[in-house]
Amino acid sequence: MSSTIETLKEHTTGEYKYGFMTAVDEETTPPGLDEEVIRRISARKEEPEWLTEWRLSAYRRWLSMEEPDWQKVTYPPIDYQAISYFAAPRQKERPKSLDDIDPEIRRTYEKLGIPIREQEILAGVAVDYVFDSVSVATTFKNKLAELGIIFCSISEAVRDHPDLVRKYLGSVVPPGDNFFAALNSAVFSDGSFVYVPKGVRCPMELSTYFRINAAGTGQFERTLIIADEGSYVSYLEGCTAPMRDENQLHAAVVELIALDDAEIKYSTVQNWYPGDKEGKGGIYNFVTKRGICRGRRSKISWTQVETGSAITWKYPSCILQGEDSVGEFYSVALTNNFQQADTGTKMIHIGRRTRSRIVAKGIAAGRSDSTYRGLVRIMPGATGARNHTQCDSLLIGDRCGAHTVPYIEVKNRSAKVEHEATTSKISEDQLFYCRSRGFSEEDAVALVVNGFCREVMEELPMEFAVEARKLLGISLEGSVG
Amino acid sequence: MLRIEGLRVAVEGKRILDGVDLEIAAGETHAVMGPNGSGKSTLAHVLAGREGYEVEDGRITFMGEDLLAMEPEERAAAGLFLAMQYPVEIPGVSNMYFLRQAINAVRKARGEPEIAAGAFMKMLREKAKLVGVPEELLRRDLNTDFSGGEKKRNEILQLAMLEPRLAILDETDSGLDIDALKAVAGAVNGLRTPERAFLVITHYQRLLEYIVPDRVHVMVRGRIRRSGGRELALELEQRGYEQFAAEAA
Ligand SMILES: Nc1ncnc2c1ncn2[C@@H]1O[C@H](COP(=O)(O)OP(=O)(O)OP(=O)(O)O)[C@@H](O)[C@H]1O
Ligand SMILES: [Mg+2]
Repeated sequence: MSSTIETLKEHTTGEYKYGFMTAVDEETTPPGLDEEVIRRISARKEEPEWLTEWRLSAYRRWLSMEEPDWQKVTYPPIDYQAISYFAAPRQKERPKSLDDIDPEIRRTYEKLGIPIREQEILAGVAVDYVFDSVSVATTFKNKLAELGIIFCSISEAVRDHPDLVRKYLGSVVPPGDNFFAALNSAVFSDGSFVYVPKGVRCPMELSTYFRINAAGTGQFERTLIIADEGSYVSYLEGCTAPMRDENQLHAAVVELIALDDAEIKYSTVQNWYPGDKEGKGGIYNFVTKRGICRGRRSKISWTQVETGSAITWKYPSCILQGEDSVGEFYSVALTNNFQQADTGTKMIHIGRRTRSRIVAKGIAAGRSDSTYRGLVRIMPGATGARNHTQCDSLLIGDRCGAHTVPYIEVKNRSAKVEHEATTSKISEDQLFYCRSRGFSEEDAVALVVNGFCREVMEELPMEFAVEARKLLGISLEGSVG
Repeated sequence: MLRIEGLRVAVEGKRILDGVDLEIAAGETHAVMGPNGSGKSTLAHVLAGREGYEVEDGRITFMGEDLLAMEPEERAAAGLFLAMQYPVEIPGVSNMYFLRQAINAVRKARGEPEIAAGAFMKMLREKAKLVGVPEELLRRDLNTDFSGGEKKRNEILQLAMLEPRLAILDETDSGLDIDALKAVAGAVNGLRTPERAFLVITHYQRLLEYIVPDRVHVMVRGRIRRSGGRELALELEQRGYEQFAAEAA
């Protein structure tokens, strides 16, 4: 029973408290995209030939693709030639030890509440720190290595574990999967790589903290997680960005692979800058996340708390290929002011007796718009497959919108698919009841909203749940009264 | 402690309270009785600060302060508590968690330190036993799928935990079985002190056998038509409100 309300109060002065900018000397490629830029990114990262070619072929695919427009969000056309595709703090080499990290960058993460240290508060969490386009530090690497666990930046993985990367990169999200995945495949800069060997239970949470700092850049990170037979890993991802008037593009790709009896738990607390009260600025969060339960009895579980970004467009999905594999999606999407979110999941049932569970909670306040879009597809071979979907929307005020768009395709008659949906408004009665017991109006709203999301919040690892609860309260500021 | 003078209140243009005068001193227990729709709950809500009521005229002072100028949470911090006729369900928020946060919210507003986890649990166990709220109910979501009687008992548990200066009970006895009624009355009597006052809204004089009031007020059509001692409740039980209907017309 942490004192949520208490902590919430402390934050009620700052609106977006991660909106500061760090003054570091950064190397940024000039805006624009062509084959030359891609070659330069690849060369800068000293990549092998195959990867350069892989990028170029993705780029060529991208040129022939159309930006999707079926999602229920609107934004002015993005000028892809106006974006800079690579930004990195200038440093001669990646620091050898945590002590060699640029003090400015170190201070940035301290301000964000996740100091680069292997002790105290983060003792149970290993962190990969991604600053704009590059990973600047990874903690607990050696300790993990003793168990055979690889946790490093994807750039290092390309260099040190090329076979694994080559085998799995693009195996779940092919470069031509969609417009933004193709763009990411062409220009991705950094991100995290995880490999957990057979039979190993990763003893700590692995985490990546993404920070966009440079102006006029996009962030295109790439994460690849492989859980070998009988292994288990819990991975967390957090993100913030400075406040700016212009929109910034974030187009990431995350791929998860679970082999026989393996389990991957992937949690996200997304808090990119959402733009100001008038809807100016903010991050366009166009992300492709997909996991494959390739092995029998494997399990992939996505949990997300989405409070940031001007626009969120993402559908963390599971391909349930192995027999008896399980996919889960737990989501809280909160929008306020002029934010737009079109998010949900896809559960593709291929193997027999595959099961999936979807719990999606959408909260809309201000003039924002929140859409749940989900696909449950039962393939002909998925005998005995089951899905249960629960979709709840909560509206705060009467200028916002919440929508539920479920797609269900069943090609095997033995399958059982259930869908439940509710929409409610935060009631005057609830607010008055809480206030008459001493809660301020804002605390009352945060309390009711946290209650509404509890099922999802309970899925988050402890350290994150506290943060996430605070975040919900902060994001709702000014939504009542 | 509480003084209401010439209170006139309208809801959506319709006058509901039509000149209420009432004074309650510390240590006293007052009962308000009256037919359905006479304005009893409206009075309770206006005292607690619920929105949607238009105060057209009159004044309310509580502990020397202008009550109408205060937000509902400020009234709670000042020591006003309303046990509601229809307690509200809050899914996903555990009863126990809510109670602790409420106590801390009130303490904070008063500049007092938070209650320690151990002290809270000890107090909660004691009071829950007193009111007859089982442990299981403490862990469940606040009021969610509670039975009518469980909700009422839980309101009294909140009252006991928050230790207000003035407690308003809006038909807490309605829907309680006889054992629950005795338990609730026992708990309320246990809370009666020279510093604390009660305003008990009820339809049944039976409750007043257990919670013996200092004064009884009869509200009909938005005004207190008569006040008296404990015996007035008995008279009402025998003769009904008809006599007042004529007065009010
Ligand atoms: N929000 C509202 N809109 C319209 N009328 C209202 C509203 N709230 C109360 N009223 C009306 O005000 C009158 C008084 O209601 P109130 O709930 O105060 O009565 P009561 O004395 O508590 O009755 P009961 O004994 O049935 O609980 C009723 O006629 C009721 O319909
Ligand atoms: Mg009433």
